[in-house]
Amino acid sequence: MTSVRTLLEKPWIWSFVGALAVWAATIAFTGGYGAGGMVTAALSLAVFTVIVGVGQMFVITLGPGNVDLSLPANIGLASAVAMKVMGGSDSMIAVGLLAALACGAAIGAINYLLIWALRIPPIIATLSASFIIQSVDISYGRGLQIKPPPGFADFTNWQVLGIPVLAMLTVVFTIGAALALQRMIYGRSVLAIGQNIRAAWLAGVNVGRIRFLTYTLCGALGGIDGALLAGYFRGANVDIGNEYLLASIAVVVIGGTSVAGGKANVPGVWGAGLFLVLLLTMLNTFGVSAGVRLVLTGLIIVGVITAAGGEKAVR
Amino acid sequence: MLRGLLPALSLALVLIAIAWLNPRAISYFGFNLMLNLAIPIALATIAQMFVIAGNELDLSIGTFVGFVGCVTATWLRDAPLIGILVLLGSIGVYALLGALIHLRNLPSIVVTLGMSFVWQGLAILILPKPGGKAPDWLLATMSFKPPYIPFPILAALLIAVVVHFGLMRTSYGVILRGSGGNAAALRRAGWSLLRTKIVLFALTGLFGVLSGMALIGITTSADANIGNGYTLLSIAGVILGGGEFVGGRVSPVGAVIGALTLALAASPLLTFMHIPPDWQVAANGAILIIVLAARVLISRRER
Repeated sequence: MTSVRTLLEKPWIWSFVGALAVWAATIAFTGGYGAGGMVTAALSLAVFTVIVGVGQMFVITLGPGNVDLSLPANIGLASAVAMKVMGGSDSMIAVGLLAALACGAAIGAINYLLIWALRIPPIIATLSASFIIQSVDISYGRGLQIKPPPGFADFTNWQVLGIPVLAMLTVVFTIGAALALQRMIYGRSVLAIGQNIRAAWLAGVNVGRIRFLTYTLCGALGGIDGALLAGYFRGANVDIGNEYLLASIAVVVIGGTSVAGGKANVPGVWGAGLFLVLLLTMLNTFGVSAGVRLVLTGLIIVGVITAAGGEKAVR
Repeated sequence: MLRGLLPALSLALVLIAIAWLNPRAISYFGFNLMLNLAIPIALATIAQMFVIAGNELDLSIGTFVGFVGCVTATWLRDAPLIGILVLLGSIGVYALLGALIHLRNLPSIVVTLGMSFVWQGLAILILPKPGGKAPDWLLATMSFKPPYIPFPILAALLIAVVVHFGLMRTSYGVILRGSGGNAAALRRAGWSLLRTKIVLFALTGLFGVLSGMALIGITTSADANIGNGYTLLSIAGVILGGGEFVGGRVSPVGAVIGALTLALAASPLLTFMHIPPDWQVAANGAILIIVLAARVLISRRER
């Protein structure tokens, strides 16, 4: 009984409970049909939200006002860069992935440069940057043949025993991210900055460097995500990242990370990612119209966050 | 002192650029054309300013403006009573959200993120295809041509003065801003934080409704996605106007000026600069960055 209680006190449990409930509701509707396939599909789609969600989580953990709004534009540009560098040939896959990573990291670094040099709130800095990136993408992506190499497309769709390989790799990555957050100096510094930036600075944390690394990391994850998305959906386009603006923020917060900063939660990102994808699957299975689907999605997000409750004020 | 003048300087910067590129634009007719969409943007920015004054953020204001637009172009024309009730009800929903956020201590970013889906969904249900028509009285109001001063400028002045008086010069306005500045002190002084939050959110809803109605008065018909860009525009407007995300430090006059700057920088300036369509979005971002960089330079010199 006590173990159940400690489990219920974990901030991430609610996102998994939500995902499970939505999944159960859907298979109850279909009479058990397609239960396994739905999990497979949910895992493969949730991967993309989880990757950017982890990046966004590190940024949000830096404290109030820290958020990366340039992710959709970043994902769009990186997907085009990756596909162009790969040029449809299997031998260039690694180079293309590196190019996407570099492109994303550069965007992240520029974001922080704007925040640091102009001392503007990150929301405005990343928003302005995203406008510019979007234009670069539109003029760069025009008239390009942007199909992934067959090997890369197969890799992003590869499944073993119904479990997408990409999902397994992402689980390994998120375990790494959790370790980095809780056990490494970098992660502890991010948490310290989020709790009290001045105290962290006085304690000798190199605040500027950690913030720079965090924005660069988030950008790099956006870049990789763009490349993988282009592989999975067999093609890059400008709008490929659009839904990840809201999704990346939503999974972080539904997953139990504090928007006030200083408290992060990696498992919750997975739970919330699965929850959002399964929610969409459920509403599609029920066959509701686009308007009703949006209204229900919104109400359920508000409902979940209300049920999970906010944290008690510290100050 | 200079800090308070920064928003006005930003606006002057953009106006000088326009005057230099195309002197003829600085005229009664030119301003009417260039500031066409400034009124709804200014109203949405004021709406956003109220939640920011209470240390919250509304990520749903854009889709809310779209929802109001759809109601305005359909029910408000065909069945005014239902239309008015729906719009009042939506302000009530905003008030309830404020209560919910306060009572459950929820992050407003997430709650309003969820609500943005709700408003968008409702807008699509009301108006599945672009269309509808604004009520005639609204069309007449928005195409009003006063002598000498262009209507958008007159309306912006009116909005700025009314909100400035209400929020900066009345005693309850001080309490409202105080709820963002030092909530604990207000609570100990016996003020209800639940009430301030409800009032701030209701005011956001009210100005969101006004923004949506003004928008439809100009565009004459509606579309479920018509307001989507307003969420980010309104946040940028408040910040350009000298507001801050925490601490209840906002300025209604600054917010209106910020909105005018954005409205001018968004398209008229770019058209005069002959920027190709591919790069117009980039130019928007660049202008935002330049204005903010100028602000940093000025405030550094001041120190």
